[in-house]
Amino acid sequence: MFELISTQMIVPNLHLLEIKAPEVAREVQPGQFIIVRVEEDGERIPLSIADWDREAGTVTVVVMNVGSTTDKLALFPAGENLPTVVGPLGNATEIEQYGTVLCIGGCYGIGSIYPIARALRDAGNRVITVIEARSSFLLYWEEKLSAVSDRLFCITRDGTAGLRGHVDRTAEIIHEAGTVDRTIVNGCTLLLGRGSAATRPLAIPTIVSLNPIMIDGTGMCGVCRVSVGSETKFACVDGPDFDGHQVDWEELRQRRRTYLREEVIPLHTSRCGEQVRKI
Amino acid sequence: MAATKRKELDLVRREMPKQAPDVRAFNFEEVALGYPAQLAMEEAKRCIQCPKPKCVNNCPVGIDIPGFIRHIAEKDFAAGIRILKDTNCLPAVCGRVCPQEEQCEETCILKKKKGEIAIGRLERFLADWEAVQKKLVMPKKARKTGRRVAIVGGGPAGLTVAGDLIKLGHEVVIFEALHQLGGVLIYGIPEFRLPKAIVHREVEYLKQLGVKVVTDYVVGKTRSIDSLQEEYDAIFIGAGAGLPWFMNIPGENLNGVYSANEYLTRMNLLKGYLFPRVDTPIVNHKCVATIGGGNVAMDCARTALRLGAKSYIIYRRSREELPARLEEIENAEEEGVIFNFLTLPLRYIGDENGWITGMECQRMELGEPDDSGRRRPVPIPGSEEIIPVDAAICAIGNSPNPLITATTPGLEMGRGGNIVADETTGKTSREGIWAGGDVVTGAATVILAMGAGRIAAESMHEYLQGLDKKKA
Repeated sequence: MFELISTQMIVPNLHLLEIKAPEVAREVQPGQFIIVRVEEDGERIPLSIADWDREAGTVTVVVMNVGSTTDKLALFPAGENLPTVVGPLGNATEIEQYGTVLCIGGCYGIGSIYPIARALRDAGNRVITVIEARSSFLLYWEEKLSAVSDRLFCITRDGTAGLRGHVDRTAEIIHEAGTVDRTIVNGCTLLLGRGSAATRPLAIPTIVSLNPIMIDGTGMCGVCRVSVGSETKFACVDGPDFDGHQVDWEELRQRRRTYLREEVIPLHTSRCGEQVRKI
Repeated sequence: MAATKRKELDLVRREMPKQAPDVRAFNFEEVALGYPAQLAMEEAKRCIQCPKPKCVNNCPVGIDIPGFIRHIAEKDFAAGIRILKDTNCLPAVCGRVCPQEEQCEETCILKKKKGEIAIGRLERFLADWEAVQKKLVMPKKARKTGRRVAIVGGGPAGLTVAGDLIKLGHEVVIFEALHQLGGVLIYGIPEFRLPKAIVHREVEYLKQLGVKVVTDYVVGKTRSIDSLQEEYDAIFIGAGAGLPWFMNIPGENLNGVYSANEYLTRMNLLKGYLFPRVDTPIVNHKCVATIGGGNVAMDCARTALRLGAKSYIIYRRSREELPARLEEIENAEEEGVIFNFLTLPLRYIGDENGWITGMECQRMELGEPDDSGRRRPVPIPGSEEIIPVDAAICAIGNSPNPLITATTPGLEMGRGGNIVADETTGKTSREGIWAGGDVVTGAATVILAMGAGRIAAESMHEYLQGLDKKKA
């Protein structure tokens, strides 16, 4: 059993969860993820790891409330145990001394880009971090990220913080930075795809952390398959990091939408009957 | 005298009651209902108690078959189950999913007269009888040896090793990647063929014997084999064949194309068939094609059928070559699964949203026998046709998952990504590490995995005893 140590809605609809999972905390590296189950007979969902404390034996994740399982996770009370927290899964993000590295994070990826930026900085890179959101009130961890970055830029759709627009504007940031040797993007599929598109004309190697649907996270079911180059890969064991210039984004977007309708069906009932039974 | 009169052979196999096809096609309850005691005894009395029973030789775990059958005939069920459990820690499972027709029942002396004893049904009867008794019979356990054994994977092989070694006094810990023990018994085989409560019951029995269980633990990720070796005297790897094969034909990444592993795991382990009562989402498909002809394919097709879809089996050879158990094929046919034999998928066709709408298939005919001895399917030119479907399940096989081999240096691997282990001992190329089941053989049956577990457990016990002598 894995105790939820603390839970907080860090910005609207994004929840910061610190979970007791000593074995995961002992092994985790930047770029890895866990699979979580909220209840018995529940669904299994993958979550990128945003931070950890090896001594305390905890890992931290940022979760967006998008469907029935993430909704339950968002409402999960601190002090209670989650039935499943398994990991660390996937391969760690490759950390070397590249020179200047641009780290881009959006949504939950603002969290999961943090340990990557930190490791890159420790490895002697110049780290430029870009965080992106629809509006300034959806940005978080600016201080934490500033502490591990040489520069921190914000992009908001409405221009309430930093540059106005979408991730496309990183082109200007890259221009200002001079040379960028590598880009790493964490966040929603749209951000990953558009981020990759932005760096393609500049021929900057771009690593994206993919987030398809998963079940076991160990290569057993194959639901997370993605086309990279001309090959089919399993994101859970071959990734989650891939070359963003090689990914078939349209296919990934469509595959992620498989259960778009079904994901919210359990939310469409009042659950009155269940509550009666509990009393 | 009457006693000298030769007993007449009773060659009528007693049928096991089943749910009617038109009823069971719409529920997930178990299809076969099991013998009532009276029928079980009648069936058991037919056994002629061969002095040199051939059935035992053909059982991968060597159960004393005439022994337990005699006790059923004498209505001493408690004695019968003790015999079963001496050699088989999962009788309720084996009684249901073993291919008895190729094993014990195949060599039954009465088979020649087409009246072989229904050994599997009798095994199942005893296990089910025990489950409803108030008192569970616990076997004798040896004195504690102080030796520690780690088992990687809680499927049939691992459970067998655990059961054997705990009885011999060793401390046993099972590490399981998923959140429940049972491996393929839990995530793969559907409720209507093997109720999950039965698997839980067998696992519970092992826990009562003292086996420790750690779920949600991916050896190779959460912790390496080498790290485990620092803490355990012996390790058994029974991680199964968990890497699904695809056909590598166009359109395989369309929405609605599943691996059998995904489809079955979603339905069984994650209870998708109860959606939206549980959160694991499933799409309500209207017409599902399952590609393949093994037991897994039958499980997929029959699951899709129960969820209300028109369900096809697409198989490139003919009915005769189907590798599935005859019983399962007949069940599927009775329930209304449509079999398209001599058909090979060429590509999947999708719509603008990336959803499958059909599959182009080619008709085949049977040519000369191939390496497997089965007649090779040969395409008939110009026979391409499009079958409209809104889901396809690829059930053409699995190979072992590379997570463990990739993180364990010095562990010899075969060509198919399997771990190489000695057939007579289960020993791998590394000292103190054994392996067995699908991770060694590639996808096979539950009972073969259990047989491999039994062999490995024996060898491990010998090794662990040797450690004591070395120390002394």
